[in-house]
Amino acid sequence: MAKMQRRDFLKALGAGLSVSALGACATSQSMRGPRVVVVGAGYGGATVAKYLSLWSNGTLDITLIEAGSSFVSCPMSNLVLGGSKDMSFITNSYDGLVKRGIKLRYDTAQAVDPVRGTVRISNQVDLPYDRLVLSPGIDFMFDQVQGLSSAEAQSKVLHSWKAGPQTLALRRQLEAMPDGGVYAISIPRMPYRCPPGPYERACQVAWYFKRAKPRSKVLILDGNEDVVSKKGLFMKAWNGDYKGIIEYLPNHVLTGVDAATLTAKFETANDVKANVLNVIPPQRAGAIAAQAGVVTANNRWCEVDFLSYESIKVPKIHVLGDATQGAPAMPKSGHMANQQAKVAAAAILNAFAGKAPNPAPVVNNTCYSMITDLDAVHVASVHQYDPVKKTFLAVPGSGGVSPGPTAIEGDFAFGWAKNIWADTLT
Amino acid sequence: MRMTTVAVSALFALTAGTASAQAQDPNLARDIAATCANCHGTNGVSKGGAATLTGQSKTELVRKMQGFKTGRTPATIMVQLAKGYTDAQIDLVAGWFAAQKP
Repeated sequence: MAKMQRRDFLKALGAGLSVSALGACATSQSMRGPRVVVVGAGYGGATVAKYLSLWSNGTLDITLIEAGSSFVSCPMSNLVLGGSKDMSFITNSYDGLVKRGIKLRYDTAQAVDPVRGTVRISNQVDLPYDRLVLSPGIDFMFDQVQGLSSAEAQSKVLHSWKAGPQTLALRRQLEAMPDGGVYAISIPRMPYRCPPGPYERACQVAWYFKRAKPRSKVLILDGNEDVVSKKGLFMKAWNGDYKGIIEYLPNHVLTGVDAATLTAKFETANDVKANVLNVIPPQRAGAIAAQAGVVTANNRWCEVDFLSYESIKVPKIHVLGDATQGAPAMPKSGHMANQQAKVAAAAILNAFAGKAPNPAPVVNNTCYSMITDLDAVHVASVHQYDPVKKTFLAVPGSGGVSPGPTAIEGDFAFGWAKNIWADTLT
Repeated sequence: MRMTTVAVSALFALTAGTASAQAQDPNLARDIAATCANCHGTNGVSKGGAATLTGQSKTELVRKMQGFKTGRTPATIMVQLAKGYTDAQIDLVAGWFAAQKP
């Protein structure tokens, strides 16, 4: 019976019935709209749930599955390490999404059955979907770093690359470190979440050291051949304000750690011993993506149709954010995940109405890095869909970086945070 | 005979026109506007930092975007972002924000 009504609903959407008319129907429990289940309430998942609700006028049946109890932002989390902001600044509630009628399930998605169209959560509960959106973020490949597989090693050598308890734990390690000590950060080879993030983190830790522990050092151990984002701007800070504090070492591909002695080991370079060792391990799409069968690139990332963000492999499953194999020059960023979510939301609504996705989507990226507590730099890009190459391409002549860090851009960075948090969560 | 040719051409032109109209998604303006929301707020109502776009006239918004796009109006980031949008997209998105209620 419920199924029948849903089919009628889909037909009605296809016939172009106004959303307000549907809104009236959907208030009755017996007549729910198409079901969308979203896994992961980060920048991608929360945004797709919000925009599906907004653009359907609340007529869809949307369930959002999230393991955490609140939204803790990775962007701006380096300020917590620097000490100019605390955890409350980067923590937001999901109340705004609940108020929209989105069903928040604080649970973990354990398995997807694409044939039956269900997602299993705890207690053997299966949630049925008409469309599934996976926005699982990243999982760390701890097995790629010898000595980092045990929980004990991971409690000493932190990544702090998912904002939350590890952000605070790393801050505590920095506070406990004696003046004259060394903080070392290991960066994996591209692609990884938030390309400029590690360099911003180095700046924030140096900002803290400069004030509280002026004899201390920051060592950047980069697995890449060179700075991969905002190079000129970061180099300027490292050779300017942070000269004598930050040292940059390229070609440091991490192979292992000794968690007991906080020693990092590399493919070719000499071992590095630190007082605080911060390792960002290599990454891949969150585990549920592999389980659902949508991991298609290098056993790590999910390829999608960029018109809809639907998996190229499994129909009716969309993948967003850091878990996807990006288009050329498209970074793994929270801003990008939010933009992708809107492309997916529009395409899912079109699909429910029996229509093809918008053939000409456009997305942009805006990324601020905080150089001090107040001064920021940015990188920006605009990506238009290319129907011949079937991917997003950065528009030639568009985008670019700041001339240098300024307080004006710092204000814009904080404004960006306020707006994207509200755009994603309310 | 001549009339028929004209009629056929007219019909063809009409069909072609319809085809291109169909190629554009009916929600295209809304979708482009959503790309602004990360910095300018959902539906262009800003929480701070970047300007609120809703409530500005279409003419004003097009003038500003074209100022950024051509580089006549100095800015930190909009001079780089505006260059990524086509004139048609700027026109559409400006019209969409102008039509929103603040």
